[in-house]
Amino acid sequence: MTGTLRFGTPQILFGLAVAILVVFVAVPVLLIFFNALWVDGAFNLADTIKVLSEPETYRALINSLILASGVTVTGTIVGTFFAWLVTRTDLPYKGAMKVLFLVPFMLPSFIGALAWKMLLSPRSGYINRFFMETLGFPDAIFNIYSYHGIILVETMYLFPFVFIQVCGALERMDPTLEESARISGADLFTITRKITIPLVMPSILSGALLIMLYSMAHFGTVAMLGIEAGIYNIPTLIYERIHQSAGSFASIRTATVLSTVLVFTAALIIWAQNKILSGGRYQIIAGKSFRPTEIRLRGLRTPLLLFCIAYIGFTIVLPTVTIFLVGGLNTYGLPISPENMTFDNYYHILFEWDLTRDAIWNSIGLGFASALITMFAGVIISYVIVKMKVRGKGILEFLGMLPFSVPGSVIALGVILAWSGKYGVNIYNTIWIILVAYIARYMAFALKANSAALEQVHNSLVEAARASGATMWQALRDIVIPLVRPGMVAAFFLIFLPALRELTVSVLLYGPTTRTIGVAIYTLNEDGETVYAAAMSGVALIIIVTAEVVVKRFFKVKQ
Amino acid sequence: MSYLKLNGIDKRFGNVAAVSGLNLEVAPGECVAMLGPSGCGKTTTLRMVAGFEDIDGGEIVAGEKLLSSKVQNYYLPPEKRDFGMVFQAFAVWPHLSVFENIAFPLRIRKLSGDEIKRRVDEALRYTNLAKFADSRPDDLSGGGKQRIALARALAIRPKVMLLDEPLSSLDPHFREEMRFEIKDIQRRLGFSILYVTHDQSEAMALSDRILVMKKGVVQQVGTPRDVYYRPANRFVFSFIGLSSFLRVRFASGGLYVDELPLPLSAVEAAPDELVGAGDGVLAVRPSDVDFVDEGGLRGVVRRRSYLGEIVDYQIAVGSQMLRVQKTRHETGPQVGETCGLTFAMANWYPLSDIAEA
Repeated sequence: MTGTLRFGTPQILFGLAVAILVVFVAVPVLLIFFNALWVDGAFNLADTIKVLSEPETYRALINSLILASGVTVTGTIVGTFFAWLVTRTDLPYKGAMKVLFLVPFMLPSFIGALAWKMLLSPRSGYINRFFMETLGFPDAIFNIYSYHGIILVETMYLFPFVFIQVCGALERMDPTLEESARISGADLFTITRKITIPLVMPSILSGALLIMLYSMAHFGTVAMLGIEAGIYNIPTLIYERIHQSAGSFASIRTATVLSTVLVFTAALIIWAQNKILSGGRYQIIAGKSFRPTEIRLRGLRTPLLLFCIAYIGFTIVLPTVTIFLVGGLNTYGLPISPENMTFDNYYHILFEWDLTRDAIWNSIGLGFASALITMFAGVIISYVIVKMKVRGKGILEFLGMLPFSVPGSVIALGVILAWSGKYGVNIYNTIWIILVAYIARYMAFALKANSAALEQVHNSLVEAARASGATMWQALRDIVIPLVRPGMVAAFFLIFLPALRELTVSVLLYGPTTRTIGVAIYTLNEDGETVYAAAMSGVALIIIVTAEVVVKRFFKVKQ
Repeated sequence: MSYLKLNGIDKRFGNVAAVSGLNLEVAPGECVAMLGPSGCGKTTTLRMVAGFEDIDGGEIVAGEKLLSSKVQNYYLPPEKRDFGMVFQAFAVWPHLSVFENIAFPLRIRKLSGDEIKRRVDEALRYTNLAKFADSRPDDLSGGGKQRIALARALAIRPKVMLLDEPLSSLDPHFREEMRFEIKDIQRRLGFSILYVTHDQSEAMALSDRILVMKKGVVQQVGTPRDVYYRPANRFVFSFIGLSSFLRVRFASGGLYVDELPLPLSAVEAAPDELVGAGDGVLAVRPSDVDFVDEGGLRGVVRRRSYLGEIVDYQIAVGSQMLRVQKTRHETGPQVGETCGLTFAMANWYPLSDIAEA
């Protein structure tokens, strides 16, 4: 060693990566921990526990647990069953069914919750009213403002997590594993029970934990359906505290304590998932493959097909149609018939009302900006983590994992703590604070997509460029970036699409002119403007589905 | 006395005939290998015997038991056929111990605990797995996994074993070892084997008879010797062992390769129908060609490669090329030298008999 301090491209990249992660992710999270665990500058766990044992906080914790467990159980059963049905049986139209079962992934669950509220709220829900007024039932047949209601709606939107994982495992599984059980004398039922299910169990569990992770930190559905009945979970209580008593010390403290619990729960779930995926992973991937034997459903074929169609009709078509119809009503509560319908609501929202027009442009602008910035930041950080050998990389790896385990409401709260003027910068109530939060929120997506792409780029490719005389920077520009471009494009859309329908983060950060689409729908609903909320939801659905379809097309053409 | 019978089996995938009119009988204790390039229908045939594919024509019988019949529209599901089967990709269940993998077919048959223990131990001994009974399959190597699969297939003491390229996922040295072990176990237990492979040396080493297939049609069924020395057609000739071909013209003055005269001898005598047609193909094994100083078919050495045990020659005969292999003990001509060629062994095929192997 000559003792000179070398300062070149690697050091700049490393410094940049650390700076991005510290400023956008680490500082907000640390501020939350600090506020949760320190009182008047001193560590005070007793006070934290006191906050947790307050009845409302305690209740929210229990509710989060009840709701997340309920959704995990039902979502896992539904997801596994449908996955088995479309991969292992002779169900008609399996391919189409498989695509349709993934549609809920595209749709924002809070719009679904809004639709179900319009259908099944105890007094004014259309289904309940039909049963009471037309069929003469004394009471509502189902009250959506309940634990059952919330679990039902969340299940509809979260079961694809298990469905995707299990479908993938069943499709990739070596069919001879099942065939060798058949030739051993086992019938198809025994094989499913003793061979198939145990072998895909890691995928089932991993999907189940994903459902749990999302449900635990889920805001929209609980906010739409729970608050009416006094059911708060952790994210909705954080929202309530920040909004109702803005800025008070006690409310910030409760919110930070709840956030801390949420972060640790999320970290625990992710840890368990990694454990299952790495430890229990069986080598069940097929070499040469014949189609696996399809289970003949025989007499059950038509009933199960009808069941699938009914499920899709009930969970996707019905809520979507309801949204569009209610959005076209003159006044909420009127029967849905032609003389009560109008396009004025849609016209008003799109062309006349600043609140909704701003919201649409805000969401598109925020989605675009956050996707672009996060995509480039993601490349830099993943490059340092995956490819570079620099000291202190361990810290970076840890920081890079952080965004995966920090739920949206926690990010939002951390951003409020960090960027409200206490540390020199005040962007509270501006669009910038939402952008900052989105960057932190979606960093995980960018890291995942870019790391995957970078791992495909073998080191020798860069070394060959260096050997040909390229500097580190030139090698990066001419070799690495072109090769990881597909990963970067993927990262962009992985961020842009969910940002379009984001609610959890922006609902904690919006100001008078900085509503997003999600916030607009949510506040319109809160204010009793149900018809406009529905119309706005309809517009949002069109934007979101169009974006999804265009992106899917684009990707298909690219392949 | 045959046990397994396949009578006139047809199988179509869409419009493609995967197997056409296949007949085969396997005697008790006999090992028959189905050999052919990929896509020839050999694996499909095995899967029809196992019951994983139905048949579009013919019938399959084992002993007195009808397995599949197109005419009677009868199809016995695989789990009722009582065969042992070993797959190429091992297909051992990673969530069960080695013992439980082997015990699985016995538990399905609801045997008593003692009987299961006895049979599994026996199968473990036969496959040299005794000390791995409690291991997880993923702790064993590829060869170990394939032993588990073999033991599992042996446990029900089947009359017929179906082996689907059981050795092609193994390392070369394991492959040879397992080959002899399978043969040894078969000799001791006396079951029949129907074996699918694309490796001709494996088929030769293991089987009593070989069935060569191409595009769903049986080309030849015979002992390994038959198939090697008396190939039924040019395809079989070129698929088994090394081969080299010369186009030969029959003229009034004798036989010619291009314009070069081909002196006749007894083994080279061409069948009359080819002589009548005016041309044919002379098929030779490179090791069956001898160099002579005087006479013979005249050729020029183009390339001479020393391969250790053998020396490999490329000889230009007119505009055609002939491959010759001699052991390292024989001194042959050098590159550029002219030499005479005689044939210790040769087969004649019509020119229209196009080989594609």
